[in-house]
Amino acid sequence: MTPPDRNLGQGRLAVYRHPLPVRITHWLNALCLLVLLLSGLQILNAHPALYWGNASTFSDPFVAFGSGQGPAFPSWATLPGWQDLAAGRRWHFFFAWLFVLNGLLYVIYALTSRRVNEVLAPTKDQLRHIGGSIREHLRLRFPHGEEARDYNVLQKLSYLVVLFGLLPLMVATGLTMSPGMDARLHFLVEVFGGRQSARTIHFMTASTLVLFFIIHIIAVMAAGPLTELRSMVTGWFVIRTQKGQS
Amino acid sequence: MVATRIGRRRWLQRALGAASGLALSACNKLAQSQGVNATLESAEGLTRGVQRLLLGRHALAPEYSASDISTAFRANGTTDPGTDEYNKHVQTGFTDWRLKVSGLVENPLELSLLELRRIAARTQITRHDCVEGWSCIAKWSGARLSAVLQQARLKSNARYIAFYCADSLELTLDGSGQYYETIDLIDAMHPQTLLAYDMNDRPLTVRHGAPLRLRVERQLGYKMAKYVMRIEAIESFRDIARGKGGYWEDRGYEWYAGI
Repeated sequence: MTPPDRNLGQGRLAVYRHPLPVRITHWLNALCLLVLLLSGLQILNAHPALYWGNASTFSDPFVAFGSGQGPAFPSWATLPGWQDLAAGRRWHFFFAWLFVLNGLLYVIYALTSRRVNEVLAPTKDQLRHIGGSIREHLRLRFPHGEEARDYNVLQKLSYLVVLFGLLPLMVATGLTMSPGMDARLHFLVEVFGGRQSARTIHFMTASTLVLFFIIHIIAVMAAGPLTELRSMVTGWFVIRTQKGQS
Repeated sequence: MVATRIGRRRWLQRALGAASGLALSACNKLAQSQGVNATLESAEGLTRGVQRLLLGRHALAPEYSASDISTAFRANGTTDPGTDEYNKHVQTGFTDWRLKVSGLVENPLELSLLELRRIAARTQITRHDCVEGWSCIAKWSGARLSAVLQQARLKSNARYIAFYCADSLELTLDGSGQYYETIDLIDAMHPQTLLAYDMNDRPLTVRHGAPLRLRVERQLGYKMAKYVMRIEAIESFRDIARGKGGYWEDRGYEWYAGI
């Protein structure tokens, strides 16, 4: 199924890394997360304070941004760029649907193509050498040549955590904030410790995703922005197989 | 060398500034476009359809225990209608006040508070979720709206129930600033949908909508109209105010506020 490697000469080898469904869902997901973040901050601006439990304890919030009353996040960080809760909600819920449908497509693809087992699950050998991999990454030194053919262990683990941990957690905490869905999902309200807790976890998970995005971009920049970007557009990832060429 | 590097850096800063400025104004253009907004609004129908399918007519909103009741329940929107007529009712303890039930009904009603208290009642401790994001918990007692509507006997073409309130959140010449809300019959007949007269075992205060406020527990706070004066069974809400089915709906918020 996977197209064979293509020798580009001069020690460069093109390997087919990202199948079409992965590329499409990756970029749609990126668009959705951007809109969801900006419109989410617009919504948070309507009441920029977070609480634990089911109800808000106004005099004693867990976190208050700015005064906790007026808008706290600047207009360039919100969608739309002026204060408009109703419009922010329209953007948020439309792209939440797109995000969920896109995510479902990815999950169906990942499970039917055995991508999780073959591409994302770390090997035993990788897990044994995770310490060395962490040291290399902290020095922004990435695997080259044949070693770069597959995802390294930290990539695999962070993709697994994001795809099957953080993103579903965004959906679950988002649904728990819906008074309609709560009539069906009493247990989910309990799991998160209340609607306001779910809202707080929703914000913290979004912040973690922003952190992941920053690290993701730094890693792409350090590993070679052109070849990385090209591989997520065309599917083909170029590795160098000869020493001294990297 | 140094000069060109600084020049390059300044150029890069300007280019980045210009690019982000362009992106921002493009974003705002998009957000103002009618086509874009119509597309975004299509998600509301999807949300309503899927939630109706999953929730059905009977799924109950979570109820809480007495120890969960909020000590400080925030009052949003109007906290005192302040009209002469309303002030007179406050002074007389709403003894002369009557809830009018009219429109597409066989048996129009005018109910005093005492008569409302004799209708099948329900008490529930529920969570009130504001569209702004905060929540408060209170104990509500009131007449079941379904019982009131049974007494009024809905005509077969009644599709929605409209609630007209004593307060105006915005002063307008055409009166479209008056608060009102509409719900469909699925919500109107839901067991937790009440015309609440008591909050935390005491008659509703003016801040919280005296003498009567609507409780629609599976939706957001703005659906739960305060200061309800008149109920009307209707076939369509297109002819009321700006035609979107509620004060906040007329100002861009979703008619279905289950999310």
